[in-house]
Amino acid sequence: MTGSHAPVAVRLDPRVGLDALVRLLAADGYRVLGPVVRNGVVEYDDVMSGDDLPTGVTVEQAPGRWRLHHDDSGLRFAWTPGAESWKRYVFPARQEVLRIRRTDGSFAVTRPAPPERPFAFLAVRDCELRALAVLDRVELDPSHPDPRYAQRRAGTFIVAVTCGTPAATCWCTSMGGGPQPGTGYDVRITEAADHHGHRLVAEAGSERGAQVLIRLAATAVDEHDLAAVRSVAEAATQSMGVRLDGAALPTLLADADDSPHWQVVAERCLSCGNCTMVCPTCFCSTFSDHTALTSDGSAVVETVREQSWASCFQLDHSALGGRAVRATTADRYRQWLTHKLATWQEQFGTTGCVGCGRCTVWCPAGIDIVQEAAALVAERARLNSAGDFRT
Amino acid sequence: MDSLADLGTMPAVEPMEPTPYRVTHSRRETVDVTTLTLVPVAAGLASVLPGQYLMVWAFGVGEIPISVSRTLPTGEVLLTVRAVGATSTAVVGTTVGDVLGLRGPFGTAWPLAAAAGRDLVVVAGGLGLAPLRMAIDAQVAQDPTRLSVVVGAREQPQLLYADDLQRWTAAGARVHLTVDAAGRSWHGAVGTTTAVLERLAERHEMAFVCGPELMMTSGARAVVGCGVQPSDIWVSLERNMHCGIGHCGRCQLGSQLLCRDGAVVRWDHVERLLEVRGR
Ligand SMILES: Cc1cc2nc3c(=O)[nH]c(=O)nc-3n(C[C@H](O)[C@H](O)[C@H](O)COP(=O)(O)OP(=O)(O)OC[C@H]3O[C@@H](n4cnc5c(N)ncnc54)[C@H](O)[C@@H]3O)c2cc1C
Ligand code: SF4
Repeated sequence: MTGSHAPVAVRLDPRVGLDALVRLLAADGYRVLGPVVRNGVVEYDDVMSGDDLPTGVTVEQAPGRWRLHHDDSGLRFAWTPGAESWKRYVFPARQEVLRIRRTDGSFAVTRPAPPERPFAFLAVRDCELRALAVLDRVELDPSHPDPRYAQRRAGTFIVAVTCGTPAATCWCTSMGGGPQPGTGYDVRITEAADHHGHRLVAEAGSERGAQVLIRLAATAVDEHDLAAVRSVAEAATQSMGVRLDGAALPTLLADADDSPHWQVVAERCLSCGNCTMVCPTCFCSTFSDHTALTSDGSAVVETVREQSWASCFQLDHSALGGRAVRATTADRYRQWLTHKLATWQEQFGTTGCVGCGRCTVWCPAGIDIVQEAAALVAERARLNSAGDFRT
Repeated sequence: MDSLADLGTMPAVEPMEPTPYRVTHSRRETVDVTTLTLVPVAAGLASVLPGQYLMVWAFGVGEIPISVSRTLPTGEVLLTVRAVGATSTAVVGTTVGDVLGLRGPFGTAWPLAAAAGRDLVVVAGGLGLAPLRMAIDAQVAQDPTRLSVVVGAREQPQLLYADDLQRWTAAGARVHLTVDAAGRSWHGAVGTTTAVLERLAERHEMAFVCGPELMMTSGARAVVGCGVQPSDIWVSLERNMHCGIGHCGRCQLGSQLLCRDGAVVRWDHVERLLEVRGR
């Protein structure tokens, strides 16, 4: 995405304008993916027209709770994301890595074909955008970039969206983000519904984003539209507050390994791994070879190497010499929380958590990562003020 | 749309792709440990530093991390493998002419440059001698008189590399052997490597330690007693590893991804983490 572009911003009709955008991106050769309501949740899937996107949908989120509601507001982006993130497309839950065939005296390797079209992601929230950046740092690490990830990620067109109605579990403002995407998008949409009317304000964030908006031949924005963009973002930010000092967590949690609090959480944690499965940045995976038996008992000629999502809550994740290093739920919850909020920083130079709240919402035990982190921070502070300094 | 063009210029290297190597020699070291010599079928991997490991793949079975125990100037790599589970048993069971897939080399190396001109003690427990063999060879070639090697094994038949042990001694290195349980023919020391270090009470400036984790913990503490600063002690840690490149997330120890930031790490960077149960 280039930095030098004309400040292009247009006003789109919430129905016709959105539809035109979807169709234009598809015509430009993108595989357009956006939010659809299916099975009672919001998922990201292929969209053919603007009408595939939700209308009048809001979401209620709480620890262990996600409920979809319909109203007649006609709003297009008042929902908040479901369990699924864009990770599913750039880093699928299960993917073929290689196919290896026995040849005469050796073996030969073939790789899966790259995707035919680049993705256009529609309605990317700020947390989702930062999650992609976090994942990029892991998967495109310069010393060993993952070529399959790189191919899927190449040229992704990003239509970001400002969150006008953050959920109760959203805490992006504590993790370096906020309801309004600031960078890294081609187009940013802000939905405004005030006495100037219901409209989508689309602003370009890149040269190709500007080109797309120009080709939509829509009305240029006026000062009321731009003022509405600011007030939507400000109101949303204010409604959230800041729950934790995210940037300080690597330091605050650095000496928490021996805390008794891990056992307190472990009393409730089921070690089910849901939190890791819905996390938009979790990258732990299993590489395994799948070999079909031959019907005539002859030697196997082909094996397929697959990569699939794994979880630090699985016992075999830390298997070593016939046992697990992280044998208890407390060990595994500690690994999960400290990796996300603390050790990731040193490993990859970013935080591992973007504050989307999914792990809290989709935890069947309703364990709130923010509350648990806050409890640990408070406990550390108590110990330090009591003079129990560790070196 | 310039973005479509990007798709063609993406990294061509697939880090998960094994390179075929053929077994040219198989030597039974102990009842369950075998050293394989492998030569590339076509182009080989990049050169290996002492302490680095490879991902070793057996067709239709699986892939495991194995340290390189020696490389030859002619391109061969030697791997010393204990048969413990499905994949290691398949690797040990290969015979001359069989093909395995190798990836790597991965991980950090023993800091030999920093050891130059200093008194070095190398402590190896069991199979821990395999990842240390190249480092000992290099040090013996450089300055054998400033090298002590302490090798422990469960019993005498489990001692690896008898001819190397003799060669190192002949070159002037102090080689101390010890076993946990002595058979009739054993006339040497009995006890742990830690006990040997404590009894010898030699002075050293630097230490490389590899073996079972508990042995490394007590061994590292024992070499501190020999005057070595914790920051001059290096250990090689073992964890579950699927990829070797920091992408599978399994080998974490606090902020270290041991496949990438290890397996050879500085003792003072891991001592506290290893004390935490289940970390
Ligand atoms: C960086 C690194 C370097 C390594 N270098 C070497 C090397 O040079 N040589 C070498 O032989 N190994 C080495 N290993 C260990 C080797 O990778 C494992 O032994 C191997 O992954 C086991 O895989 P498997 O499929 O054979 O067994 P798996 O099926 O994965 O597991 C082994 C099974 O065997 C049993 N088992 C395994 N170990 C033990 C044990 N210690 N006690 C009791 N039961 C056990 C258990 O039932 C377990 O389920 C290294 C590991 C790492 C991380
Ligand atoms: S924290 Fe919740 S979602 Fe995560 S493993 Fe425990 S019970 Fe499952």
